[in-house]
Amino acid sequence: MNAIFLMLMGLGAMALGFFVYSKFICEKIFKVDPHFRTPAHDMQDGIDYVPTNKYILWGHHFTSVAGAAPIIGPAIAVIWGWVPAFLWVVFGTIFFAGVHDAGAIWASARNKAKSIGSLTGDIVGNRARSIFMIVIFLVLLMVNAVFAVVIAGQLINFPSATIPVWGAIVVALIIGQLIYRKLIGLLMVTFIGVVALYAMIYAGPMLPLALPETLGPLSDNQSWIILLFGYAAIASLLPVWMLLQPRDYINGIQLFIGLILLYGAVLISGPELVAPAFNTNLPENTPSMIPLLFVTIACGAISGFHGLVSSGTTSKQLDKEPDVRFVGYFGAVGEGSLALAAIIAATAGFASLADWQAIYHSFGQGGVSAFINGGANILQQGVGLDTVLAQTLLTVMVVLFAGTTMDTGLRLQRYIFQEWGHIYNITWMQKAAPATLLAVGTCLLLAFGAGGDGSGGMLIWPLFGTTNQLLAGLTLLVITVMLVKKRRPMWYTLAPLIFLLVMTTLALLTQLKSFYDKGDWFLFTLDLVVLAAAILVSLECSATLTKQIKANKNTPVTDKP
Amino acid sequence: MKLEKLKAWLRQASFYAEEAYNAPYRSAIARAKREQDDLFMLLIFSEMMGVPNPASYYTLELQPLLMERFHDWHTRMGMEHSPLDNIKCC
Repeated sequence: MNAIFLMLMGLGAMALGFFVYSKFICEKIFKVDPHFRTPAHDMQDGIDYVPTNKYILWGHHFTSVAGAAPIIGPAIAVIWGWVPAFLWVVFGTIFFAGVHDAGAIWASARNKAKSIGSLTGDIVGNRARSIFMIVIFLVLLMVNAVFAVVIAGQLINFPSATIPVWGAIVVALIIGQLIYRKLIGLLMVTFIGVVALYAMIYAGPMLPLALPETLGPLSDNQSWIILLFGYAAIASLLPVWMLLQPRDYINGIQLFIGLILLYGAVLISGPELVAPAFNTNLPENTPSMIPLLFVTIACGAISGFHGLVSSGTTSKQLDKEPDVRFVGYFGAVGEGSLALAAIIAATAGFASLADWQAIYHSFGQGGVSAFINGGANILQQGVGLDTVLAQTLLTVMVVLFAGTTMDTGLRLQRYIFQEWGHIYNITWMQKAAPATLLAVGTCLLLAFGAGGDGSGGMLIWPLFGTTNQLLAGLTLLVITVMLVKKRRPMWYTLAPLIFLLVMTTLALLTQLKSFYDKGDWFLFTLDLVVLAAAILVSLECSATLTKQIKANKNTPVTDKP
Repeated sequence: MKLEKLKAWLRQASFYAEEAYNAPYRSAIARAKREQDDLFMLLIFSEMMGVPNPASYYTLELQPLLMERFHDWHTRMGMEHSPLDNIKCC
């Protein structure tokens, strides 16, 4: 089949979801009210609570949730064939992610823009809140470890990207100063920054840079991982305006340029999908598609991480309540389209089935490098970019996303450690530097503990997916309980919730067995912890919902909207 | 006429760019600024807390200007009334 059909089908279905299903969900289930005074107006302070234009809010929301994860997940999951990955991304976006993201903003806006964490405490209970904190910590830990491994791998695979990737940091530092000191206008700075970045991408293939294969006792992979965490630790301690803010801004622009280039190239060249629709010739060690598909693709189908962004920041800037549909649901559609692009690149960007099978020779292989190689081939055929240049461009795109997520993730992890320092009265843990060291230490432990040489970090990808889905499950639970309290239909959020919990638990059990068989006790223990959290979440769900439904039966119906 | 249109378009574009740049980080930066302002206020009021300040002649002049901010500060810190004897802001 031609990739253009797949692209049009996917984008068409998601558009339909946005125009029809999201309208139904927002108007009939959430009953958004244009006259509702949102927290942005109610508590306006010019700092946190600022009513913001919905297009700008969408851009902000979309660029904060879209990252490397919706590329990595689908690019791994196409090993089962393109049909399962495609269906899960499209239906996941329409019935799961969109409802979850819009619902999280709505629930938060209706409760003084509190974060989902504290909403869990208020609406479900304190026990659920503690589980929530543990799950968040695990998600951050895994995301940092996995992304460091991914970036290190790509810098080794594509040494032409080394200069633009690290150069982008210098560009961001300069842009940050130019804007902070108001030296020139932002439009001019944007132009200069983008030109400088793409000039470096152009120069990258001429000056490939690789680390020596062994550096003392360390392999090149390990040295990159340590360097990356060193960078992320410093970056997370700098004031945000210096590095993070300009980096995010440039990344956002890059995301749109990358998406337009990829989809444009697919339209022009119309490559054939060489990967099988359903892969019947699976490599030996590939786990069963059900349930693993549903945790391998987390971001791009449904991701709990979005709930954190939705409720922590986006809800405080919501101008009118009906905007949740555009900001939340359409934000999820944007992420779904990124995942779709990843599927197309990883299945249509190869000359023949044999080439594709050579890359996907075992589970966990392929992944990002398949996306980069495939995408580069499509760009070469469609827009006529040199293959190495196109590879560099896509590598930079993925690595910059992953890198920004790492800075932010480490910063958040540091806050958690500092908060624990306050709770348990440990003075040294309250300071920024030791807390950052602790955060980096735990991440390094995971990155190296999972695979010895650090390359095994990809083993935890499905585990990261399960934790992320658990987080999404908790958010959906909060929304469902709110809906039940308001006596509205609950199945539109309850059905996705049950599906997620079942798939997550099954996936955890499957992985538990495989870790046991391999004798990988480190990951076995980690899996057990997540499994315990999953069981606790399921119990919380059934207990809270039965209690609420009983309470509803015992009180007479009041006609409150 | 065309130039006018172009100018209006540019203004619009730069408004969107400014917002896209600033909106996500407004709160983090405002919080950092507030911390710096607090440090500045501590310097201004240092004499009252027994910390000698060579520039007290000048800082004394600034004190009335900081009155409102001082009130914000002590309410933010969870003190209902001013903690300093010689400043009664509320």
